[in-house]
Order: sequence, then structure tokens, then C-alpha cells
Amino acid sequence: MDMGVVRTAIFVKEVVHVQITPTYSGCPAMDVIGDDIKMALKNAGYHSKIELILAPAWTTDWITPKGRKALENYGIAAPLNAEADKDVLLNGKRLVTCTNCKSQNTRLVSQFGSTACKAQFQCDDCQEPFDYFKCLK
Amino acid sequence: MKNKNLYNYILGIADNSLILGQRLGELTGHGPSLETDIACTNISLDLFGQVRSYYQYAAKIAGDDRTEDDIAMLRKEREYFNVLLVEQPNTNFAYTIVRQFLFDVYHYLFLTELQKSHDVTLVAIAKKSIKEVSYHKRFSTDWLKRLGDGTTESKQKTQQAVNDLWTYTEELFYTTQADNAMISEGIAVDVTKFKANYYQNVNAVLTEATLDIPESKFFQKGGKQGIHTEHLGYLLSDLQYMQRTYPNMEW
Ligand SMILES: [Zn+2]
Repeated sequence: MDMGVVRTAIFVKEVVHVQITPTYSGCPAMDVIGDDIKMALKNAGYHSKIELILAPAWTTDWITPKGRKALENYGIAAPLNAEADKDVLLNGKRLVTCTNCKSQNTRLVSQFGSTACKAQFQCDDCQEPFDYFKCLK
Repeated sequence: MKNKNLYNYILGIADNSLILGQRLGELTGHGPSLETDIACTNISLDLFGQVRSYYQYAAKIAGDDRTEDDIAMLRKEREYFNVLLVEQPNTNFAYTIVRQFLFDVYHYLFLTELQKSHDVTLVAIAKKSIKEVSYHKRFSTDWLKRLGDGTTESKQKTQQAVNDLWTYTEELFYTTQADNAMISEGIAVDVTKFKANYYQNVNAVLTEATLDIPESKFFQKGGKQGIHTEHLGYLLSDLQYMQRTYPNMEW
């Protein structure tokens, strides 16, 4: 919910119909997310049906404040706005806040990271390498 | 099949992404640096993700018992409709980047137009994919400039790649019978309409990269009708190995 991946959840008779949408087309987590939802609902005593939808296309704007907080706590810097995002990814600006020491003295290591949705950064104050969630609009 | 033209049209789009995705996937663990390795395989993953959406839709249109996996894995060489450009090998990093750049510029313009299609599924896939492709284009454009305007050696190798791959660019704007049928129904993109725009975009970046724009007017085509270069068979034997050896295997 807080990532904006779960779009709707409604009852149709006794069955919960849940629509989920991928962050990136090739997101390998979608099957796991679908299975987890199914399992959680089953444990709560509900039958469910999971549907993968593509439209409207996911955007980082759908990540809630709570979701952003959870990302930061996990060690992933939350997405900046589109303009700042361009500045850090293309123009070498130092605007991403280090998830470890909160310094903004951070630099881009690679536009692509461990998954399609992230870029790699490093903090020049505490030296911590960390992921940044790229802005997607 | 009731809607053979739409089916073939979707394969034409999807096969480009599948074959290019496979080429980029070959670089897993073999990229020239860790960052470029991750970038190429990330792009590959995006393309494979897009391909799944297209093939799932194609399987639905086919309306028989074939699945997205059958379509992806079990066709013969002549039944793939990708353009020749995307099947060209990773001769060296310059070739990988030039191939990517020449395709990304096309892909971006193509998806921009596909968003205006009368087919809602294709519109949804296009809207999703174009966000990813803008990242791809940014990556290949940056590297093309860096290689072209780099050392004597990187410039020479990149110019060589541009000269060699140039011959496959014209085919991007060739339309098949299925394309034309779908264009008249307002479903397909009329690629000829953005051809001038494509070469303008490409030439501007080549110039900025201090590379020469090839003057050759000799172009190769055939991929869209299933007539491929010698490279595709080898690529498919890699791609299809598991499904052919262990039929119906799943992850
Ligand atoms: Zn730090």
C-alpha cells in the first residue's frame, strides 16, 4: 500500500479482488508480492484473486510519506522531485541525503543499481554506499 | 486465428525487445566495468518485462492454448520479426552502445506514437515502457558521447561501429503487410512519419560526439519478414536451449 503497488482491493461476493501494478515492467518482485498478499489474506480468513494491471502506469509519487520513511529506515534514499532527480543523476549535483549520516555530501556511483528502480550512491562524509530510489513519472 | 495481423504486429514490436534483451543479457558478468555491466543487464530486464506484457497479450489474441512462453521460446528463426539491428553481436563495447543508441532513439519515438493507438492494451504497455526507455536512451546517449569524444582508440572503435550498424537503421522504418493493415485501423504506429525526426535526433548526438555521420545509402532489411542475418540462429539456440532440452520447464 505504502509503495503504491496495491491499487485497489474490493470484495466481489466472498472474494477479495486485489489489483497490483509493477514499479518497472521487469520487476521480479511482482510474483512474490502477489503470493504474499494471497497468503496474508488467507491467514486472515479470506479467499482472494490477484490481478496485475499496467494502467495507469506506476509513479514514485504514489509512495506515501510512511513508505518513504520505511525506505529510508531500510537504507534506501527516497526519490527526489523530478528536477532534483535529473540534477543528481545527470549533472553530478549533491542533493541525495545519506541514509546513514544524513549528509548531503553524496555522489552518484552508477545510474543503475541492484534493481531497475534504484541508482547507486556513496557518501563522501561517512563513506557509506547506499541505494537511491529513482524518480519515475 | 481471427486477428492474425494484430498478432503479427505485436510480435514485431515484442521481438525487437526480446532479441535486444537477450543480447544485453549476454553481458551479465562480462561488462567492461561493474557499472556498465549492471546498466546493460538492468536495461535487459526492462526489455524482458515489456516483452512479457506484449506476449501475454499476443497469446490472448491467438486464443488457442499457446502461452507467452511458447511464443517467446518455441518459434523458429524465420518466425521472429525483429529488425536486423537488434540481433547484431556485442563485437566490443562500442558496438553494444551504438546498437543501443540507434535502437533507443527509435524506441522512444515509437512508444511516444504508440500511446495514441486505438488499442487500449498497447497504450497501457507504451505508457509504462516509455518511462523505462527514457532511462535507456539517456544511458546510451551519454556513453556514445563519452566514447566518441574520448580517446583516439575509443573514437576509432565507435566510428567503426557507427559505420557498420548504420546499414540496419533504414529497416526501422520499413512497414510490413501486418503493419499497414493495423495502421489503417488506427492501431499501429506509422513509423515512416517520424523517420526524419529520428535521423535528426541521431545525427545531432553523433555530431556532439564528434563522430562522422555515415554517407552510405546502402541499407539492409529482411528481419521484419523473418529473413535474418547469420547471427540470430546462434542467439536463439542460447535463448531456447532450456525449453528445447527440458520441454515445459518452469522456474
Ligand atoms: Zn554518510
